[in-house]
Amino acid sequence: MESETFEPKIVAFLCNWCSYAGADLAGTSRLYYPANVRAIRVMCSGRVDPAMMIRPFIDGADGVLVLGCHFGDCHYLTGNYQTDQRVRIVWEVLRQVGVDPGRLHLDWVSAAEGARFAEIVEEFCNRMRHMGPLQASLPSGPLPYDLPLALAIAAEIVEGERFRWLLGRLRELREQGSVYGERIDAARLEQLVRDVIAEEYVRAGVQVLAAREPLSVKDMASKLGLAARDVLKQVAYLKKRGVLDIYDVRQQSPRYQSTTRIGVDDLG
Amino acid sequence: MTLDNRDNMDNDVGAKSVGAVLVVGGGIGGMQAALDLANSGFKVYMVEAKPAIGGAMAQLDKTFPTNDCSMCIMSPKLVECGRHLNIEVIPNSEVTGLDGSPGDFTVTVKTRARYIDPHRCTGCGLCAEHCPVSAARDAFNAGLSSRPSVYIDYPQAVPLAYTIDRETCIGCGLCENICMAGAVRYDDAASTRELNVGAIILALGFEPYDPGQMAEYGYGRYPNVVTSVEFERILSASGPFEGRVLRPSDGDIPRKIAFIQCVGSRDRSCGNEYCSSVCCMYASKEAVIAKEHAPGVEPTIFYMDMRSYGKGFDSYIERAKSEYGVRYIRTRVADISEVPETNNLIVSYEDEVGRVVTEEFDLVVLSVGLEPPKSAAGLARALGIELDEYGFARTGTFDPVETSRPGVFVCGAMQGPKDIPETVTQASGAAGAAAALLASARGSLVREKTYPPEKDLRGKGPRIGVFVCHCGINIGGVVDVPAVVEYARTLPHVVYAERNLYTCSQDTQKRIQEKIQEHGLTRVVVASCTPRTHEPLFQETIREAGLNHYLFAMANIRDQCSWVHMHEPELATEKAKDLVRMAVARAALLEPLERLPIPVKHSALIIGGGLAGMTAALDVARQGFEVHLVEREGELGGHLNRIYFTLKGEDVQERLRDLIRRIDGEPLIHVYPGCVVTEIAGYVGNFKSKIAPVGGGIEAEVEHGVVIVATGAGEFKPDKYLYGEDPRVITQSELEELLATGKIQPGSRAASTGTGRTFVMIQCVGSREGERNYCSRICCSEAVKNALRLKAADPEANIYVLYRDIRTYGEREVYFQRARAAGVVFIRYPEDEPPVVEPVAGPEVEQGGKGKPVGELRVVVRDTLLGSKVAIPADMVVLAAAIVPNDSNRELAQMLKVPLDDNGFFLEAHMKLRPVDFATEGVFLAGLAHAPKSIDETVAQAHAAAARACTVLSLEEIRSDGIKSEVNKARCSGCGMCVDVCQYKAIELDFKERVAKINAALCKGCGACAATCRCGAITLKGFTDEEILAEVNAI
Repeated sequence: MESETFEPKIVAFLCNWCSYAGADLAGTSRLYYPANVRAIRVMCSGRVDPAMMIRPFIDGADGVLVLGCHFGDCHYLTGNYQTDQRVRIVWEVLRQVGVDPGRLHLDWVSAAEGARFAEIVEEFCNRMRHMGPLQASLPSGPLPYDLPLALAIAAEIVEGERFRWLLGRLRELREQGSVYGERIDAARLEQLVRDVIAEEYVRAGVQVLAAREPLSVKDMASKLGLAARDVLKQVAYLKKRGVLDIYDVRQQSPRYQSTTRIGVDDLG
Repeated sequence: MTLDNRDNMDNDVGAKSVGAVLVVGGGIGGMQAALDLANSGFKVYMVEAKPAIGGAMAQLDKTFPTNDCSMCIMSPKLVECGRHLNIEVIPNSEVTGLDGSPGDFTVTVKTRARYIDPHRCTGCGLCAEHCPVSAARDAFNAGLSSRPSVYIDYPQAVPLAYTIDRETCIGCGLCENICMAGAVRYDDAASTRELNVGAIILALGFEPYDPGQMAEYGYGRYPNVVTSVEFERILSASGPFEGRVLRPSDGDIPRKIAFIQCVGSRDRSCGNEYCSSVCCMYASKEAVIAKEHAPGVEPTIFYMDMRSYGKGFDSYIERAKSEYGVRYIRTRVADISEVPETNNLIVSYEDEVGRVVTEEFDLVVLSVGLEPPKSAAGLARALGIELDEYGFARTGTFDPVETSRPGVFVCGAMQGPKDIPETVTQASGAAGAAAALLASARGSLVREKTYPPEKDLRGKGPRIGVFVCHCGINIGGVVDVPAVVEYARTLPHVVYAERNLYTCSQDTQKRIQEKIQEHGLTRVVVASCTPRTHEPLFQETIREAGLNHYLFAMANIRDQCSWVHMHEPELATEKAKDLVRMAVARAALLEPLERLPIPVKHSALIIGGGLAGMTAALDVARQGFEVHLVEREGELGGHLNRIYFTLKGEDVQERLRDLIRRIDGEPLIHVYPGCVVTEIAGYVGNFKSKIAPVGGGIEAEVEHGVVIVATGAGEFKPDKYLYGEDPRVITQSELEELLATGKIQPGSRAASTGTGRTFVMIQCVGSREGERNYCSRICCSEAVKNALRLKAADPEANIYVLYRDIRTYGEREVYFQRARAAGVVFIRYPEDEPPVVEPVAGPEVEQGGKGKPVGELRVVVRDTLLGSKVAIPADMVVLAAAIVPNDSNRELAQMLKVPLDDNGFFLEAHMKLRPVDFATEGVFLAGLAHAPKSIDETVAQAHAAAARACTVLSLEEIRSDGIKSEVNKARCSGCGMCVDVCQYKAIELDFKERVAKINAALCKGCGACAATCRCGAITLKGFTDEEILAEVNAI
């Protein structure tokens, strides 16, 4: 691997009030940091949609930084708590599709922490140099590795309504309990998140593949690194929902294709 | 000013009130006062002696304690003054006469010849480039460089117009020949005009002390002895050495730099007995910045007392010591001599135990004090105002912005040495006082800003113009700006691109507007500094050219590029191109947004009825607006109830009674004693709050447009020195009360503790230690005040003040000297070895009939001067208890959505330039709730908060930001997740339609709902998914 000379591309989402100001302060203080970062200003780190954390990888970034205000400092009170929640769950998604979650880094920088900003960027950049290019990275999941496919599935997962509903509810579920007023065990909640992501992975995988070309259940299973039985369940479900249709039957195996080329967004 | 003529002043106005104000001086104070007035309905004339406004702050490199770049934070204000429809800047001028009475003055203003027509000059600089004279002293660079005869002080100058320096000009005629704008006027002559104004604000600033008068430091003889002003220019990127730390004799980078404090301050021999208040901090800042610019530098600061008394100052000094290795030596430097071969300097001083030490330095910086401007005396005569014995404008403790002549106000260093935030505070305060005086004439002389109608862009694709800034050499010295411009031209939708020396300068604004017309631009991208400071300026520029504010995007190629990749110009250039490409991609998708008009409720909620709250309430009411004044205690007065006299000897209780009497007599003020605010909902212009009695229940629900937080602070209850255990150990405020009520008479029976005349005062009790790493600011002056009081009553009294640093800043220093002259003994104790108060075994006395045995008290302290411990038998021990933030601050902060600082005081929007504002619009701050401060400072801040609040209250409607969330009903499933996530309660579920609805007035534009929405139904206008992803895609 050419990690010696490799210069990663890094996208950083910075909130207007803290980390962007901290980055400016690094400038006014003339603190050096590597030139690999491209900052995108948002008013609040809470604006950074899970899809925005995945998309840079699709567009060629090797790492993504999300930097918000320290807890308690959020200009919008709790935006950074939501960010925290979101990044944690996107890490799970990345893990699921076989991308090293270390490529998405979350941290907090105040408007007064120019030096901290520079340090975080430097450290992250070094970590990315060490990891090497995303395109050349090794799979860390069950998938026979196809990076564009993995990322497309990740993007599909985080756009899914079920995923987003769960994500939106997580903090409340954890802190205030369920609608029955019951406390939910943290471990159980974590398991629930993993289960949902695993299931969404199959469903999103099927959809992404079926949107590309007509495929049989066995083909899909081998591309996704899954048991055909599990894939079939989702294919049947999606067929019932009218998202998939049979394209043709080849050697006893029906091949499926998307009815739309859009996917999950139009579900339900 | 006395109470009587204040009343007269109120009565005088009314016959005729002119809705215009003259501001004399265009430094940061003058600019702030002008902007506050112009933004609350008054016409402002700003008379400036120099060819351009900006004052001393324009010369500074950085500002303490945030190390903000001075020019960067000031330039938006410069530009706003220059562009403001209701501010007329009159440079090169002075006031020569004043007639009339408050409300209706006639001022005579004399303008010197400039020889260049400022209205024609474009500031292109061709004349200066060709001027054959090149050796004129460049005063802006403190004489460290030279300039041509036709010159401009600095590139961001307002007005951006050159001046011919008639004294050095040889009259060759070249500049007229080459000036393409036809701006040169050799026949220009001085002129005089008369202005009719209702009030006058003096903001002349200060002049640095000239150390040439002091033989012992060799200034003027030794090239490597420079003043702090010169050093500031050496540090500045726009200075003579472009920010490289070089010494004047040979251009070498100095290794050892000595800063000598108190040059021209605290020094009877030069006539300046007062402390200049700012030098300890600016020297520390210069040392830190020098270290940043040249890491090998070893700075040493020679000082007498470390006067880092302001908010966040002590922790700055700690950082200077621990992180930057700045060495601090407590001494008075006796002599400086030169080593002729090297031009190095030998500094001689006595160390703390009296040994003479010499040390060699490469460069010596004299921390020169602040003197009143030389023109102040003449101006005072012309205006008929009194100056004090040092030449600063005379004011009262309770009237810090009022001169002796009604209708003439003062702010900034002209009133006494002070730093930038104090100046800005006083400036707003003076503006408020002037506005109160002229409230009836508000709006009578102003012009409204009218914009051309927005261009109809329907059916027109994006046509993007890109303007890339060199920022002098800040960007251009690192990034290949021409290459970035070339690259920009190749980007989709870009139809025009150019580069500018300063894209923020006034002439470039005009240029951008011309280019918008010329090329039919529909979107503008500026690649320069940070949108956090400059976006509003450019948005205004394009709006004036008929483009919606939001059709603008910025690429930050300075703060986040050239400044941090200085050593990698190629990578920096690549990054700058990428950033421009991202901004262009974003710009292509931008849509016009609407700034919703929000009607303003013309009343204020003021929380806290102490000095700050009452002062602010009276100001707001005098400006003609209703006030709800909420006080937790049963009676008004707060902290002031426990203060009896001031350092200057004024009767505090009399002033307090007068304040309360005036509050009672003011029909626009509603007082809610014994009440607290339990709920605050809404936003700037439209708050709705609940006021409840302390015990519970509901007193009132009020609607108001602004909030002023003036909740004060508490006094630390000492937990050591036998306080609370021995009745002879009391606090300074308890001593003051005993003195004022006659319960203690020195020389007779002291309190109830027996005969005694020995008082030991211990400073910094609860301040500058442990978690409270801040200075309580007023305790040194309190101790001096009470010590003088005791001495006056009994000259034989023995008074000891045990201190760490005496921080009698400004003219308070004079009282410190008086106390020393009166025989008060000041003993410095080391930080790590505080004094010990202990009972001594001895004959026990029965006391007070309670039968409690009390032995003698003794205070043991290590005297750092003697280097040994001394034991002082004390009749009374007086503790300077810290000022501590209220516990209730946290709750109120949450209610108002405003932050607290590390120590629990309220945190203002910007430490330097927005000292009484919160980041949350419509909420302001005054008094001890902000930080410890004295009476005069509290009054000034209260005036300021009121003035700032009235800039909102005087508007009929405010325009909200256009960045708001919006629901696409067709996609919304009504799940309600956005309702839960919104912290501003701006979203409601409409159960009939089963969709979410957003209240645009409440929406703050954070985007949490958009990022949460499970069906992509919510869009944050201005930061849409598409716009952000376009940036991602452009990496």
